[in-house]
Amino acid sequence: MITLQWLYILAGIAFTLFSLMSAFDRSNGKRFGNAAFWGLLAISFFFGGMLSDLANGVLVLLLVAIAGLGLLGRSDPPTTTLEERLGLSERFGNKLFLPALIIPITAFAGTILYNYTVFGGSGLFEERWVTLILLGLGVLIALIVCMIWLRPPLLAPVEEGRRLMDSIGWAAVLPQMLAALGAVFALAGVGEVIGGIAGGIIPEDSIFIAVLIYALGMALFTMIMGNAFAAFPVMAAAIGIPFLVVDYGGNPAVIGAIGMLAGFCGTLMTPMAANFNIVPAALLELKSQYGVIRMQIATAIPLLACNILLIYFLAF
Amino acid sequence: MPDYLVLSGILVVVVGFALKLNPLLVVTLAALATGLLGKLGLVEVISAFGAAFNDNRYISVVWIVLPVIGLLERYGLQQRARAVIETIRGATMGRLLLLYLLFRQVTAALGLTSVAGHAQTVRPLVAPMAEAAAEKTHGDLEEDEREQVLGMSAATDNVGLFFGEDIFVAIASILLIQGVFQSYGYELTPLQLSVWAIPTAICAFFIHGSRLLMFDRKLRRPGK
Repeated sequence: MITLQWLYILAGIAFTLFSLMSAFDRSNGKRFGNAAFWGLLAISFFFGGMLSDLANGVLVLLLVAIAGLGLLGRSDPPTTTLEERLGLSERFGNKLFLPALIIPITAFAGTILYNYTVFGGSGLFEERWVTLILLGLGVLIALIVCMIWLRPPLLAPVEEGRRLMDSIGWAAVLPQMLAALGAVFALAGVGEVIGGIAGGIIPEDSIFIAVLIYALGMALFTMIMGNAFAAFPVMAAAIGIPFLVVDYGGNPAVIGAIGMLAGFCGTLMTPMAANFNIVPAALLELKSQYGVIRMQIATAIPLLACNILLIYFLAF
Repeated sequence: MPDYLVLSGILVVVVGFALKLNPLLVVTLAALATGLLGKLGLVEVISAFGAAFNDNRYISVVWIVLPVIGLLERYGLQQRARAVIETIRGATMGRLLLLYLLFRQVTAALGLTSVAGHAQTVRPLVAPMAEAAAEKTHGDLEEDEREQVLGMSAATDNVGLFFGEDIFVAIASILLIQGVFQSYGYELTPLQLSVWAIPTAICAFFIHGSRLLMFDRKLRRPGK
């Protein structure tokens, strides 16, 4: 069976190559910082499952030390100029889209084929990760097609990948770090304390205000945690279930489903949701790391208001 | 008496982000502060942090697309994306992103959340197309306008994903809601929950969609 572990090995290979090419890149004054950072990630992907929790923790602290001390540089491996790219884009024409589309199409068509035909019973892929595994397969197919069709220098995919990776830099592991912070918060009982505070300010006999505190609490707590999944169990336990469902007799399906979506409005407004808000700013090379959040606030706030009204009118 | 000291980690996060310290450092300090004040040992905190980091490696697997995207960019993919938009009559940034919003919501609602994304589609295709479309109707963009167009491209991907995916019955958040309610004795089916994601999805489409079209009009305003 093809499991998530296979993808980790693929990612490990990619990061090993990024690390090696970084180490030999004399044009980058901080080349050893980059080599160490991507190398540690390669170790995490290859061996993370075999290392002890403490060893993984030390690995994370090393990553943080490299990033925190400013030891990561940005490489600029040789590539084509803008003029050359305009010429190449003319020469290859719209066929250039095909390899780019191989990745999503493999994931899309593959998932549908796998889930709705006999392939599904074959147990070829690990159930929970079908689309992600197919995405990885799509990457390999697209890479082979590009190498045969475009005939770039052999190391070009590594160098171009490294250029993009370096432009993202430490932000590449921030989402994973935040998920880890969430686990520590849970262990220390942060959720219960916040839930206690929110539950303590609910007035008697006002369904609307209880709904308001529930939805705003979901959004705010999601902004703090960067993740609605961490906020939901807390707010459901503190307000959603005891007040809205039990005391006021609201419909639990509405309160659950739309409560979660109120949390998603918070996700749009916080740098803590790094993979959605900070990483794309780096990926698009925006000047402000808050350039994505800035464009989302005016959608998030009215949508949060809609969610509050939807819970109030649909659940009661 | 609840132990309010465990909230110190949140304070570290807020202050750290406000001071623009390196976010990795801020997050680590917050974890250490929370754990130590929450009466965990140092080794225990570092172990918990490491274990959770390891469990979430799947989040960072997506970077394996970068070599392909980078390679295609070397051969002019972004320039091609722009050229196509320039040939389509009536293509504006707002309409283009509106179409992408719909695509993202519908595919996410079918459970296909990883077919698009910031690395796979926004950087190589959607953002350069949106930029080209904006330049077509508006002329050259000022620095800040360009930032807004690119930011809006990423924002549209997020809105489409968040307010589409919960319509799919087997997505993690639906299963989480089901699990939480089950632990309090409420048996909900995923389908019961996912239908209630539809009203918000419609609101999201209209709110974000009208913002996209208004953004078009704002950019097109002459003489500013």
